[in-house]
Amino acid sequence: MAQTQTVERHTIAVLVDNEPGILARVVGLFSGRGYNIESLTVAEVDAAERLSRITVVTSGTPMVIEQIKAQLSRLVPVHKVSDLTVEGPHIERELILVKVAGTGEKRVESLRIADVFRARVVDSTIESFVFEVTGSTEKLDAFINLMRPLGLVDVSRTGVVAIARGPKPL
Amino acid sequence: MADQPMTGSEVILKALVDQGVEVIFGYPGGAVLPLYDAMFKQNSLRHILVRQEGGAVHAAEGYARSTGKVGVVLVTSGPGATNAVTGLTDALMDSIPIVCLTGQVPTHLIGNDAFQEADTTGITRPCTKHNYLVKDPKDLARVMHEAFYVARSGRPGPVVIDLPKDILVGAASYVPPERVKHRSYKPQVKGDLRKIEAAVEMMMKAKRPVFYCGGGVVNSGPAASKLLGQLVHLTGFPCTLTLMGLGAFPASDPQFLGMLGMHGTYEANLAMHGADLLINVGARFDDRVTGRLNAFSPNSKKIHIDIDQSSINKNVAVDLPIVGDAGHVLEDLIKVWKAKQPKIDQKAHKAWWTQIDQWRARDCLKYKPGKDVIKPQYALQRLYEAIKDRDHYITTEVGQHQMWAAQYLKFEEPNRWMTSGGLGTMGYGLPAAMGVQIAHPKALVIDVAGEASILMNIQEMSTIAQYRLPVKVFILNNEYMGMVRQWQELLHGGRYSESYMESLPDFVKLAEAFGAVGLRASKPDELDGVIKEMLATDKAVIADILVDKTENCFPMIPSGAAHNDMLLGPGDESGKPADKSVSEEGMVLV
Ligand SMILES: Cc1ncc(C[n+]2csc(CCOP(=O)(O)OP(=O)(O)O)c2C)c(N)n1
Ligand SMILES: [Mg+2]
Repeated sequence: MAQTQTVERHTIAVLVDNEPGILARVVGLFSGRGYNIESLTVAEVDAAERLSRITVVTSGTPMVIEQIKAQLSRLVPVHKVSDLTVEGPHIERELILVKVAGTGEKRVESLRIADVFRARVVDSTIESFVFEVTGSTEKLDAFINLMRPLGLVDVSRTGVVAIARGPKPL
Repeated sequence: MADQPMTGSEVILKALVDQGVEVIFGYPGGAVLPLYDAMFKQNSLRHILVRQEGGAVHAAEGYARSTGKVGVVLVTSGPGATNAVTGLTDALMDSIPIVCLTGQVPTHLIGNDAFQEADTTGITRPCTKHNYLVKDPKDLARVMHEAFYVARSGRPGPVVIDLPKDILVGAASYVPPERVKHRSYKPQVKGDLRKIEAAVEMMMKAKRPVFYCGGGVVNSGPAASKLLGQLVHLTGFPCTLTLMGLGAFPASDPQFLGMLGMHGTYEANLAMHGADLLINVGARFDDRVTGRLNAFSPNSKKIHIDIDQSSINKNVAVDLPIVGDAGHVLEDLIKVWKAKQPKIDQKAHKAWWTQIDQWRARDCLKYKPGKDVIKPQYALQRLYEAIKDRDHYITTEVGQHQMWAAQYLKFEEPNRWMTSGGLGTMGYGLPAAMGVQIAHPKALVIDVAGEASILMNIQEMSTIAQYRLPVKVFILNNEYMGMVRQWQELLHGGRYSESYMESLPDFVKLAEAFGAVGLRASKPDELDGVIKEMLATDKAVIADILVDKTENCFPMIPSGAAHNDMLLGPGDESGKPADKSVSEEGMVLV
């Protein structure tokens, strides 16, 4: 069987029981088997049912991506594994908080760019701002790169959350 | 009964009884004393006191593999749990159902570096199918039942339940097994019927097919082996088995090609290499089987039947995957095959068998007989002649003796052969034999051992003495870590670095020290007498068979080589001798 060796980036959503150790199980699976994690987010999404949703962005050859999905599905507390990248259109978002320190023209310029990116100022002092921005990974990378020469001193980033378009749930 | 107040320990014991458990292999300690106290007051469960916790897990593995039931282990916190880790990993690699109860410090001390505290769920997460830490007594009964379900269903494996001491003594309520349903874990047992039909189509068209089957057939239960036999006979195709699959198809059957893989037969490996269709039932394309991946069975279409989705397309890309239990899928394959009344290409099949018979004629397991020295292969052939008509079970340690046992002992039925395949754990065989003997008190149980491996769990001779288990230890004593020595001879210029077993004990005296019978054979003409005496003794025996120290195990596919690059033994004049050449790439492989 012909298999391509090209490395692809996939966003995978995993619905799991919210129980102690579940994150360690998933992370241990990736490190133990040598899979990449580009980003990983997790939070409870259904308190009544004790379900958490993990969104993991990973990369690998098609065969490795299939393995990752099969290995995740095999974990006992996993309810569902969904490869958003292959299952149709979906939306990916990240949130960042960016701290820019400085005064004068650079400070004004940072505000201008923030406006273009529809960033919100969530904290400010005479010599600093904290911006909050949401968007795709690429947009946030661009924002960070623009802020760097303008006094960027700190970044905190959520990693990707994602959901399929259309009416159907996971 | 359910309404009476119970302690956590009582709930655990009741859950074990309701799960059909009869035997627990264990070792006490501070954290599990309440459970041992509750056990003292009941008669339904038998506890076998091992001499090291590692022995308990291997014993439970032997028990499980020879009965098809879940093996149960009970150990204390800290060192008790860490000693169990090798056995758990072994059970994970070989898909053996185990439930291992580990003691833990009380919940309020967890994380304080308390005496005999270890992060048992953290340590065992990668070496179990699943594990639990019970922090709330109301979860206890559910977790117990879930653990058994997870351990035995789907692809079986070990499950750990970590039990803080306060959970054992506190009040807990019982729930019967019927009321416990797993929320997320639902293994697929029935195969997709359309794919099964497609598989039959492929089988009908094949000209050079081969069945390649493994431990999944054994794990599915004895019915699956029967079905495999039926299907192989219906089709007339040849069949080879992995190390873990031995016994799933009768060794004496003319359609059996022997074991495949690194020390598999010439005919099995060349059939794999030359096939145009592989039908893999319950095997996992392990590197010991495939050899060099890019040269593995290059011209075949591949069907892979496995209960574990993650085994499919892991090492080898297959054309038709079927996820399901081996037994169920085999049953459906037989139905569809019969319904289609296929006309196979008789001429092509005849040519294929002619080719296979030519490979067989090489007689790859031939060896140069010894005049004054016992050849290990000869010792096993004589052993097999003596036991073949008796109800017997074989376990092994790890090394050359293990591979020779796989080659020269013949297995006609499943569940008769217990060996550490995936992990290759020296020290497995003696405790495993103990577990088998507990499950089958009347049967003949033999651990085929090496003198190095046997020392790794020799303390279990004391357990064997305590329970008067008539286990037979058949040591092929070459005074070397033979398999290490063989690799050093073939790959490292004969520099025998640390592979000579100096200062070995006198195994006859050692047997006697443990209340067993010690026997020794050092010349070929002593061998049959020693075997006879061993079998006639109704106590434990250690038979120290002094064999040729420098014998190598052939055929051998060196690491990183292809199936058709097999090294044949010096006894094979027709073939190319072991040329000792191994690729650089192969040198880094294990
Ligand atoms: C616990 C463990 N440690 C090391 C090894 C590596 N190893 C594989 S075979 C072997 C030698 C076994 O010697 P022996 O038991 O005498 O068997 P022989 O090969 O001589 O038949 C060793 C050290 C292993 N498999 N398991
Ligand atoms: Mg040896």
